Amino acid sequence: MYAVTYHRAASVADATKLAKGKDAKYLSGGMTLIPAMKTRLAAPSDLIDLGHIADLKGIKVSGKTVTIGAGTTHSEVANNAKLKSVCPALTDLAGHIGDPHVRHKGTIGGSIANNDPAADYPAAMLALDATIVTNKREIAAAKFFKGLFETALKEGEIVTGVTFTAPEKAGYEKFRNPASRYAMTGVFVAKSKDGVRAAVTGAGDNGVFRSKEVEAALSKSFAASALEGVKVPSKNLMGDLHATPDYRANLVVVMAKRAVAKAG
Amino acid sequence: MGIEGIGARVARKEDRRLITGAGRYVDDMVVPGMKHAAFVRSPHAHAEIKKIDVRKAKAMPGVIDVLLGKELKTDGIGNLICGWMIHSKDGTPMKMGAWSPLAVDRVRYVGDAVAIVVADTKGQARDAAEAVEITYKELKSVSEAVDALKKGAPQIHPEADGNLIYDWEIGDAKATDAAIAKAAHVTKMHIVNNRLVPNAMEPRAALGHYDKAEDHYTCWTTSQNPHVARLVMSAFYNVAPENKLRVIAPDVGGGFGSKIYIYPEEIVCLWASKKTGVPVKWVADRTESFLTDAHGRDHVTEVQMAFDKDNKITGLKVDTIANLGAYMSLFSSAVPTYLYATLLSGQYNIPAIHANVRTVYTNTAPVDAYRGAGRPEATYLLERTIETAARELGVSPAELRRTNFITQFPHQTPVIMNYDAGDYAASLDAAMKAADWDGFAARKAEAAKRGKLRGIGMSNYIEACGIAPSAAVGSLGAGVGLWESAEVRVNAVGTIEVLTGSHSHGQGHETTFAQLVNERFGVPLDSVSIVHGDTDKVQMGMGTYGSRSGAVGMSAIFKALDKVESKAKKIAAHLMEADEGDIVIENGELKVAGTDKKVPWFQMALAAYTAHNLPAGMEPGLKETAFYDPSNFTFPAGCYICEVEVDPETGVTEIVQFVAADDFGNIMNPMIVEGQVHGGIAQGIGQALLEGTSYDDAGQLLTASFMDYTMPRADDLPSFVVSTSNTPCPGNPLGIKGCGEAGAIGSPPAVMNAITDAIGTNDLTMPASPQKVWAAVRAAKKH
Amino acid sequence: MSDVSLVVNGRKVSGSVEDRTLLVHFLRENLGLTGTHVGCDTSQCGACVVHVDGKAVKSCTMLAVQASGSEVVTIEGLANGAELHPVQAAFKEHHGLQCGFCTPGMIMAATDMIRRHPEGLDEATVRAELEGNICRCTGYHNIVKAVLAASKTMAKSKGKAKAKAA
Repeated sequence: MYAVTYHRAASVADATKLAKGKDAKYLSGGMTLIPAMKTRLAAPSDLIDLGHIADLKGIKVSGKTVTIGAGTTHSEVANNAKLKSVCPALTDLAGHIGDPHVRHKGTIGGSIANNDPAADYPAAMLALDATIVTNKREIAAAKFFKGLFETALKEGEIVTGVTFTAPEKAGYEKFRNPASRYAMTGVFVAKSKDGVRAAVTGAGDNGVFRSKEVEAALSKSFAASALEGVKVPSKNLMGDLHATPDYRANLVVVMAKRAVAKAG
Repeated sequence: MGIEGIGARVARKEDRRLITGAGRYVDDMVVPGMKHAAFVRSPHAHAEIKKIDVRKAKAMPGVIDVLLGKELKTDGIGNLICGWMIHSKDGTPMKMGAWSPLAVDRVRYVGDAVAIVVADTKGQARDAAEAVEITYKELKSVSEAVDALKKGAPQIHPEADGNLIYDWEIGDAKATDAAIAKAAHVTKMHIVNNRLVPNAMEPRAALGHYDKAEDHYTCWTTSQNPHVARLVMSAFYNVAPENKLRVIAPDVGGGFGSKIYIYPEEIVCLWASKKTGVPVKWVADRTESFLTDAHGRDHVTEVQMAFDKDNKITGLKVDTIANLGAYMSLFSSAVPTYLYATLLSGQYNIPAIHANVRTVYTNTAPVDAYRGAGRPEATYLLERTIETAARELGVSPAELRRTNFITQFPHQTPVIMNYDAGDYAASLDAAMKAADWDGFAARKAEAAKRGKLRGIGMSNYIEACGIAPSAAVGSLGAGVGLWESAEVRVNAVGTIEVLTGSHSHGQGHETTFAQLVNERFGVPLDSVSIVHGDTDKVQMGMGTYGSRSGAVGMSAIFKALDKVESKAKKIAAHLMEADEGDIVIENGELKVAGTDKKVPWFQMALAAYTAHNLPAGMEPGLKETAFYDPSNFTFPAGCYICEVEVDPETGVTEIVQFVAADDFGNIMNPMIVEGQVHGGIAQGIGQALLEGTSYDDAGQLLTASFMDYTMPRADDLPSFVVSTSNTPCPGNPLGIKGCGEAGAIGSPPAVMNAITDAIGTNDLTMPASPQKVWAAVRAAKKH
Repeated sequence: MSDVSLVVNGRKVSGSVEDRTLLVHFLRENLGLTGTHVGCDTSQCGACVVHVDGKAVKSCTMLAVQASGSEVVTIEGLANGAELHPVQAAFKEHHGLQCGFCTPGMIMAATDMIRRHPEGLDEATVRAELEGNICRCTGYHNIVKAVLAASKTMAKSKGKAKAKAA
């Protein structure tokens, strides 16, 4: 890790002030940022630690409306009973991010702001048609995730939380990369009164995306059987050591099936 | 057997410190004034070094010095060597290219060390390492052994024309060809044995300390054989004469072969300590381990197995190309020859065998022994081939093996080995019973209802441990003897120290070796200490590898205990005015048989040291040494059965059952032996399902961290069903065969035989990753 | 440089470190608590697991200054004097370790796992929850056995304590 200067922010406003004029990065759980700094792939001059801002933590469920503070850890999301009662797919997703130790530190806000193409949360946000709330504005998930590690966030902008309406049914299933255990292909399916949305993470060569083919099939019938024989094009899917685009295309359909089965 | 003696399931003595965080590994060592090192490594697979500019790096904060290969050469530090001479079939010696601990004018793989930076902190050393400016002229590189032999491949060492290190053969080519020509059936296979990274959990580390006052060096290092390290560093690398060099291997966090070798880093740290005047510590990070630890396996082989009309194997022909990487590591030459081709008879009576082995330089990390070393490669090709033959011949795999088992011992194979004892059918029967082989069809049908493809596969391995005797291995080219030493010190109060040349890095020697003493003298385990891993404490020894510490290391202790026992009995007889021949040792007492006369152990020991009343002419004290050189290898063998379920939608293979039935001869501590088998199987399953090392065309290591290299995790594996049978080894006094590598040797073919059985196609290489299995299932469907 | 103050294994400690210092290095180098190990660079092996404010975290993926103000328990702080923690005792009894390098992280992870599963554990859960800890020696067989045994022992002693209180 290169030398860096650490600041602990007391509030969101304090954080933006601390970051001003510096080549700074916001530090939430640090589960992706710190490893990147250790291997010297990331080299911010300053780190602004958001981990001690109480306002950023917590989960609110009122009726079908869910609000999750950006600083809420994966473990807190996974174990929130109220959230589980309205959107078990999301608690299930959070309970399978990384490993138990990572879930104790990693946060939903950090994951979303980082937009790792193999992260789980972006798929959920996109499929749930969630709104990403920042210290400046509200952004629809569809407009927030821009590409590999790219988001709509502007300089200094901080994700403060997410909000969405719980769907009628939803499910998430992922195929882990055998080595890293990140999602090699993960599909979040959600059925709401506005229709079916299916978002895919870990597979697209430009990050999280919605699968037209899966959505079309599930719109007819929200059942795993509806996906029998559905083909997803392998164009624009990632290829690497562990999965070719063809294999990923297959996994999109298989994971979608299993996600639907989980959604019940 | 007593409750703490041979065969007892005793909890380990070493555990207490390890479970409380009190273990002491090299990185835990602190020496006053100690500074930290970082190595500057080649980012290129093959390049000329045109210019090195260290000015900027030297000016960085905290930097003490930046040292280069040129200075190292000026100081007379030698090149790294390979310690086993192999001659090609034309009689020429192997072609060893020069390996300088720090590259001087050319780098040959990504990770090749070029310079060392010593600084106050690790972070500063790394910062400065990045600031060393090196101008390279990149050269064409080659990663695959098969490609390195092709015309026009880049020449890696001037000494080895066409990158060929040796072209070696064993066995009878004519007889084998004749057997194939006459055969009723020939099974042909193209076998790839995937390259692996050992990945002991503790990364390699070295702490070099030059003491100016004493003109003496100390090296703490992550070594499986500190004495060999001292010998090699003295005799070949000219770091210091042996009497001026102390090598300490404290707690070592796993080795699996990768910590046998003497690497550039420990040599350079010692040298740098003298140059800079400060103790220098280097600890690898995981990516450095991936890049520079000696890798394992990496064979490509063509096999032909000939059968007569009764399904008896009549001949085996093997043609192997083995990748040794960019430099010849310490024992690299022996692995694909004497540790591999000599095991090609397996458990089978094969009248004619011929193997040709070509070893090749490539622009990759050096390849050397990794758990099993040559024997997994032999077992894999044999057991995949015989399984395939059974499928082709339409006979059951168990029956085909049974038809060909060696049943008479001793048995001389056509490839040097003389098997001393074994009962292969016993292991096969035990494994088939434990696996409920007969119930498989029903389980397969049930799995099919769930949409899963179920398969079963077996593997019958034999291995050779405790390579010896020294004269024999010497005649085959070994540069060292493969004996072991032991010293047993009985203290004046009766407590016992056993100093052994073996080294424990997870094997539990502190417990099992003490059990051996307990068995002999009845003294409690708590009063026995095992001392190892320090060349200043322990006399010359050969260390731990090749599953040799039981058969060879403990036999040396056994011999020393013989001498102690003899003297102890003489003293006791004298004290009790009895006949030496009437003395028996039981429960910590020396008794006169048939009487109630006895002397407690401690009293006898005290008598030895007070020397007030010893037999006439006897020297005081009670301390004995033995050097033990075995008369033959030992031959553990067994049968492994793996049952899998493949998910055809994803290609995921789940191991639903894994059974191991091993014959290790006599067993000191079954709990520890089972642990060795579990760990070996996990590494074997890792090779078969998960682990593969991948270099790209430019020689960059794609699998250079746990992000890309699939390590077996808890949820990749089942619990294992293990059992042992016992035909005692006649070659050593304890009847022990060795158990450290069996799991890694026997399991890969069992897994692959099971998967290919499940998916109905043989066209599958290790690691059988989900992607590959999915593609194989699809391809099989199309046919 | 920043000042770091922690409570480690029940003792107040402090030090001044470079901001880039990881918690694991602070523990090992500043406090001499070398039981916590580093086995990889990518936050996967779990040899560095310690408890921060009661939860298992990877101390190689947290800055020391980030942890300042927290309570940390390391492998050295788990036993009660000479009396081993039930998880430590189970690892010894069931031969859940060989070289011992991954062991401190394994034990800290197992302790945390048992805390999070008061309802008890089964083999599949233990294997799934060990995702963040890599062992190269044991094949996990005896680690799983040890964790299951410790979980049972701890549930029993908890039951007994409850019965006593009632």
